[in-house]
Amino acid sequence: MGELRLMKGNEAFAEALIRAGADGYFGYPITPQSEVIEYLMAEKPHERTGMVVLQAESELASINMLYGGAGAGKKVATSSSSPGISLMLEGISYMAGAELPCVILNVQRGGPGLGTIQPSQSDYFQATKGGGHGDYRLLVLAPASVQEMSDFVPLAFDLAFKYRNPVMILSDGVIGQMMEKVELFDPIPRWTDEEVIEKNGDWATVGKRPGRERNIITSLDLDPYSMERHNHDLFAKYKKMEEEEVRWEELNTEDAEYFIVAYGSASRISQKAIDLARAEGIKVGLIRPITLYPFPYKVLQEKVQKGAKGFLTVELNMGQMIEDVQLAVKDNAKVEFFGHVGGVIPTPEEVVEALKTKIIGG
Amino acid sequence: MTEEIIIAGFGGQGVLSMGKILAYSGIMQGQEVSWMPSYGPEMRGGTANVTVILSDERISSPILTKFDTAIILNQQSLDKFEKAVKPGGILLYDPNGITRHPERDDINIYKIDASHVASELGNPKVYNMVVLGAYLKVNPIVSMDNVKEGLKKSLPERYHHLLPLNESAIEEGTKHVEVVREIK
Amino acid sequence: MELTADKIKELVVKPENKVYAKTPLLTDKTLSYCPGCGHGVAHRILMELVEEMGLENDTIGIAPVGCSVLAYEFMNVDMQEAAHGRAPALATAIKRLWPGKFVFTYQGDGDLAAIGGNETLHACNRGENITIIFINNGIYGMTGGQMAPTTLPGMRTSTSPYGRDTHMMGNPLKMTEIVAMLPGTYFVTRQAVHTAKHARKAKKAIKKAIEVQLEGKGTSFVEIVSNCNSGWKMTPVKANQWLEENMLDYYHLGDIKVDGKLVKEIV
Repeated sequence: MGELRLMKGNEAFAEALIRAGADGYFGYPITPQSEVIEYLMAEKPHERTGMVVLQAESELASINMLYGGAGAGKKVATSSSSPGISLMLEGISYMAGAELPCVILNVQRGGPGLGTIQPSQSDYFQATKGGGHGDYRLLVLAPASVQEMSDFVPLAFDLAFKYRNPVMILSDGVIGQMMEKVELFDPIPRWTDEEVIEKNGDWATVGKRPGRERNIITSLDLDPYSMERHNHDLFAKYKKMEEEEVRWEELNTEDAEYFIVAYGSASRISQKAIDLARAEGIKVGLIRPITLYPFPYKVLQEKVQKGAKGFLTVELNMGQMIEDVQLAVKDNAKVEFFGHVGGVIPTPEEVVEALKTKIIGG
Repeated sequence: MTEEIIIAGFGGQGVLSMGKILAYSGIMQGQEVSWMPSYGPEMRGGTANVTVILSDERISSPILTKFDTAIILNQQSLDKFEKAVKPGGILLYDPNGITRHPERDDINIYKIDASHVASELGNPKVYNMVVLGAYLKVNPIVSMDNVKEGLKKSLPERYHHLLPLNESAIEEGTKHVEVVREIK
Repeated sequence: MELTADKIKELVVKPENKVYAKTPLLTDKTLSYCPGCGHGVAHRILMELVEEMGLENDTIGIAPVGCSVLAYEFMNVDMQEAAHGRAPALATAIKRLWPGKFVFTYQGDGDLAAIGGNETLHACNRGENITIIFINNGIYGMTGGQMAPTTLPGMRTSTSPYGRDTHMMGNPLKMTEIVAMLPGTYFVTRQAVHTAKHARKAKKAIKKAIEVQLEGKGTSFVEIVSNCNSGWKMTPVKANQWLEENMLDYYHLGDIKVDGKLVKEIV
């Protein structure tokens, strides 16, 4: 068993970066995730593992530092909250275009605009449908506990390098700010420079190697046919993600007639709601997407085939993931939404009520 | 066993750290725990609250509207959370500065004059430990040994010389808690 | 013997007659720059130095957005292409993660002084151990001759068609003087490449800039005042004349900061 600690989600993410062998973290403070860089600065990772930590001058700079570092074959990460992620979108699009691996944590807060510092899940569309300009996808992981804020870091790096694609960990103010028991994984050593060259030297700018042409990291291609081919190549990669990387969790679904679909903090609230509803004899279960892209459409379709009577999506927004649930379920069962925005958190009792009025009785 | 607790008061009273010590004590006895604070500018001098859950099972929602226990350290919090205590639950409060005292008759109500006890101990900073002691007296959900371990874990090492003072504050808290109303 | 072109070639093209060769660190790809543009000379100088200093396998360069967006097509070293203005951010991370490499950015005036002003200032202020090559021709070349932050007062561009009105559009920005005042910069100089004499001096300056980085002294920053005959709507010869008479009158050539000390009064 690994080391047990009581940590905030943000701190667990930071500690996991050091343990996952990250080479660099570049970030800019913003509530509710500033504990990430504060923790890293206090931990002196340059002494622990040689990891570089730098407070950048802006989110624009942070994400472009990731572009540079990832383009040079290193494991790099950043974190921010919604308005800061909006600023990063230019760079994220460039990284998706240039096929660069990195890990980006978004501890979501409410918007639009400066909005609120309170928890939210309003960046679902932004994270899962592209967000920046151009056709691209991020691989999106949604932690629902402090433990997953730690565990998803090495997973995210693995996926990022496997697909040479940015991976977003889409969290929120609840998961970032809460403390839970976390079992820390054993440290993974950082790649040596020689290992970086061996693993990534065929594409990354690690300095020219005798026997190969220079490496170029770019998202620019002025030839339309070549650019179209590049887009097709990207989408072939995304299709492979859709086939191989769908992750989800089910709770109380064996005998369920109704389903709540929720991720992150909303899934935790929904879990409690399911306990309350089951106490009243309602057969309801939880489907928690862990990858938001690729989305577990097939899982929902299987429930429909087995006679599911209805699906309630619970989100801390005005209803975004519900569009993916509708894409899966189509007209074959009832699909409704319940949520709150602006930092107002839905209560388990409200979720049960919504289940009764919108799905069962509606 | 699952215990759902809200601790609420002014920023600076040690609300968050009391919750943290309680959560660490839960870990020490092998439980699942969660600690969810209110956060943001309202904490700086304003009200602060934290929801702490200790459970033998996986914890679902870290945010709740109903609590087994409310530990209340100012009037605003009393007004807000008295009604959030489940029937049969516990409300522990510090009567200092309270003008409208708790009124419910379906819950167990206790009080602790923690600032008085803390100043008797010569350090007002251990105020929250006095409150913690009072709570553990009326609801011993974690053993005193595990609390001591939790305290050690949550205090940075440079403050470990203050451990005995904190422990005696907890001890004093257990002695000074008063019953206002108990339902049987 | 009749001297045909082939015959002359046969008689003259011999290794012992060779007095100049293009460095292998420039690719064979035809430059996309207008005839007479300073970019070609600046590219050559930089790549010759990388070759001469034995840094071919230890160089990572960063291209900007602007006319030199395709610099990676011509410079035969490992290169990254940055988003507009962000090259110093890329270079910051690359150098910190690969401290043993020679890392340079190659940026134009719009990229470095307008959209990327913040990245430039902060990289220089942190004293990032990188080399910034700043090509200043007072205009946006690639997008068709719009006003740059470095456009001279009264100068006509497609977005200042009646000349830059400094009351409305502000004054030309001397980024080089600004970064020279930051403690993080160690070597700051302004050069030109429009004559052989200037190009030779510029080469010496860039060599020093590279040495400063290899010695780990801090940011080295080389501005090259250049031309844009198509954007300025002049012949190449006329553009170079105009550069001498107008650009150099505002952007004075020479070292501004050497060994971490200002060597010129900044006005």
